[in-house]
Parts: sequence; C-alpha cells; structure tokens
Amino acid sequence: MAGIVSWGAYIPKYRITVEEIAKVQHANPNSIKNGLGLVEKSVPGKDEDTATISVSAARNALLRTNINRKEIGAIYVGSESHPYAVKPTVSIVGEALDIGNNYTALDTQFACKAGSGTIQINAGLVDSKMIKYGLSIGADTSQAEPGNALEYSASAGGAAFLMGPNEEAVATLDATLSFTSDTPDFWRRALQSYPAHAGRFTGEPAYFKHVVGATKNILEKTNTKISDFKYVVFHMPNGKFPLRVAKIFGVTKEQIEPGLIVKKIGNTYSGSSILGLTCVLDIAKPGDKILVTSYGSGSGSDAFIFTATEKIIAAQKAKVKTTEDYVKRKEYLTYPEYEAHMEQIH
Amino acid sequence: MFRKSPIIRWRSYGDRYKLHGHKCTKCGTTYFEKKGMCICGNLEFSEMDFSGEGKIISFTQIHSGPESFSEMAPYCVGIIELKEGAKITAQIVDCKYEDLKIGTEVEAVFRKFYKSGEKGIIHYGTKFIPKL
Ligand SMILES: [Zn+2]
Repeated sequence: MAGIVSWGAYIPKYRITVEEIAKVQHANPNSIKNGLGLVEKSVPGKDEDTATISVSAARNALLRTNINRKEIGAIYVGSESHPYAVKPTVSIVGEALDIGNNYTALDTQFACKAGSGTIQINAGLVDSKMIKYGLSIGADTSQAEPGNALEYSASAGGAAFLMGPNEEAVATLDATLSFTSDTPDFWRRALQSYPAHAGRFTGEPAYFKHVVGATKNILEKTNTKISDFKYVVFHMPNGKFPLRVAKIFGVTKEQIEPGLIVKKIGNTYSGSSILGLTCVLDIAKPGDKILVTSYGSGSGSDAFIFTATEKIIAAQKAKVKTTEDYVKRKEYLTYPEYEAHMEQIH
Repeated sequence: MFRKSPIIRWRSYGDRYKLHGHKCTKCGTTYFEKKGMCICGNLEFSEMDFSGEGKIISFTQIHSGPESFSEMAPYCVGIIELKEGAKITAQIVDCKYEDLKIGTEVEAVFRKFYKSGEKGIIHYGTKFIPKL
C-alpha cells in the first residue's frame, strides 16, 4: 500500500483567548474552558486564507524531501472555507508550489473530514500506479457567528501529506476505512456567511456514532487492539469529545495527549485530526503504530492505521518547522482586533 | 504590480508566486526583475529560483497606502536583500514595526495581496515574515 512520504503543518500566528471572547459574550470563561477543554484558538492573519495556509503546509512537506516536484501527479485540498465559491483553491496551491501543469487536482468539502478523505484518494492513485506522488491537504479558516458557542473553538490551520510508494514512506498506511451516513448536525447553505448546527444533536448521533463506528470497524477488520498503538488521534471539535471516545476504547492519556492539539489552538476543522497526526509524526519512532479517526459533519469518519518506518528519523531531522514550532509562535489579539481579522475571510 | 486586470497579474505569477529570478551567465549577479544588460555588461541570463531567505536593508511603515491594501494598514514595507544577492521590495507581515531592524533576517511566505472589490479576483503573492 501507499504511505506518507512527508508531512507539513501550518498554524497562523494569531490567538484569541476564551477569556477575551467570554467578555464579549457575557459568559463565564472558566465554565467554558472546562466545558470545551481549550484555553485559546488560532486566528488567521488578515492576509491568510485556506489557499495560503495550504501552500505553507505543503511547502513544509516538500522541504523535508528531495523528490522531483514535477513527479507530483495529484493535489487535493479539503476545506469548508475555500476562498472562492467557484474557482479552485488547489490550482492556486499547485502554481505556488511550482509543480508544473501535469497533475490532476480537485477541491473537496466534507466539513471537518475534507482533508483526511484526500489521503484515501491519493493512496488509491499511488497503489494503482496512476501517480507516483500525490499531495493531500486539509486547511481551514473556519467561521463562527459572533455570539455563537462555536466562536470559542473555530480556528485556522492546516496540514499536508505527500503520499507515495511504501518503499519511500516515513509511515506506511496499513489500513483505512470510512463510516458514513446522512446526518443533519452541522451545515452552511450557499451564500451564507456562517454555519448552523443542531446544538446537542452534534454529539451522540453525529460525532460519537461515526468516530466510534469507524474506529471499531478498523480495529475489528485488522484484528488490532487499542494497546497496539503508540499514538491515537480522534477528530477534535473541542478538547472534550475526543477524550470521551478515548474512554470508550480504553485509550490511555499517553496515547491521546501528544496529538491533542485542540487544547492550544482550537478546532482547525479540516486541519484538526490531521494536525493531530503531524504532532505525532514530529515525534514518532520507527515501529510506532498510529491510529487516526477523523470526523466530518453531515456525517462521516475516516479511520487510518499507520506505522512509522526507519525513514522517519531523517525526516524529523530535516530543517523544517514542526507543529510545535507553530503552536509556540503566537501573538494575542483583543476582540476588536480579532473581528478585523475575521472580516477578511469573507 | 498593483494593476487591476487579472490577466496582466496572471502573466507575472512566475515572479510573484514563486520568486523566480535571473542570473547573469558571466558574473553570477542575480536579479528579481528581468534586465536588458547586467552591471558587468553581459546580455545573457539564466533562469533561477530564490531560496526566499534574506535580510532587511531598509523598511518603513505605511499608514495610508493604495486603497487595495487599506485592510492591512498599518503595514510594513521593506527592501529585502535575498541570500542570492538580488533585492526585492515587499510587505513584511506578522510583525510590529517596532520589532524590525536593518539586518533582521526574513523568509518568504505566500499571502493574499488584495481583492479586486467584492466580486473580483483575489490576488496572491510573496511577502516576508521575520525568520521563525
Ligand atoms: Zn554580469
């Protein structure tokens, strides 16, 4: 099967704290921090959007390798905040990456799993030998209506994975499957600036049913136990939901904490579970098994099992910014500054 | 650089998106924009890519610039000397004016330049940030 040949993360510099938003919403910041399990979120720069975040993450992925970038045969960018309603993000990204013109490309959308799904597409294309390398990208500058509960968590960031032949992989893709159903938990109609959601309904029949369903199925199908994994990542709409899934499967703190990036940057939507994966790839050792299950409202989950190879050591040593480098780089905004930043993404 | 036509802008994607440049085949001097003749008198150039790393050799803060950039104001603009020698004028972002110095090391990033009104094309290109 195909594997991850390289990976790259990107998180904008700006942050806003739960306290700062709670002041405006007249809410108690401590109960929100406890309820959501996060303290602050990332905010895009005024000149950043899904295209620029995708380019930054993908450039980091390419910096780690010395492949001939003209051999990249496919790029997919998954997002729910593509800059245009009509005109692809992905061709802007391909142009900025200078990979020539001989590649297939599509923007994808499936709420927060628009990025993870493109890993499956590229793995299929690599395995069938239609392409040598493919770039899978998930990125968002997610929108939340001022005053809405989502305002505390909807953040910005993205991750990119260069998929390619297993012999070159830093992490082999050992198995992947999905769990999908028509579930009306979260949506945004055409021409609307902000998404709508079904409140508490977003929990049990939506997030939990799909994440648990996909995870259970992949464990059964591959005859694997949770204890076989060094790292486990579940989609992170907040800091609480993934911990509840962890409890269901008996995932330990040691397994889930390294990828639990939501606590520091919020929910980066299409970037969320895959930024959890870049956190783990930044530190994984050869032989470590990694379980990732994404979630996209509407609804579906993609589950993946990866195993890190010897090649990950050299890839980690490359002079490329890590996920943690971006988490640490930050500048706090006041609420009015935050509003000015968010105005630019529409 | 600030022209409104999407087609005129499209013709310069090579320079603006990717920092392509030109290198004198005789003395090796690099240029960001295409020159007719090198300072050494040579007329031939080869194409090259800049690394995107450089340092600030001059900078200022703009409070009221062209209307297309008003959303970013106040913002910093500087002359950057790229590692390969060529100089480029560009916005320096993700920083405060007070934090910049002559000699500050910077790196290229891909960012939005401006939007052509409510309905037009979104223009992208290279800006610089202080080195992480
Ligand atoms: Zn010369």
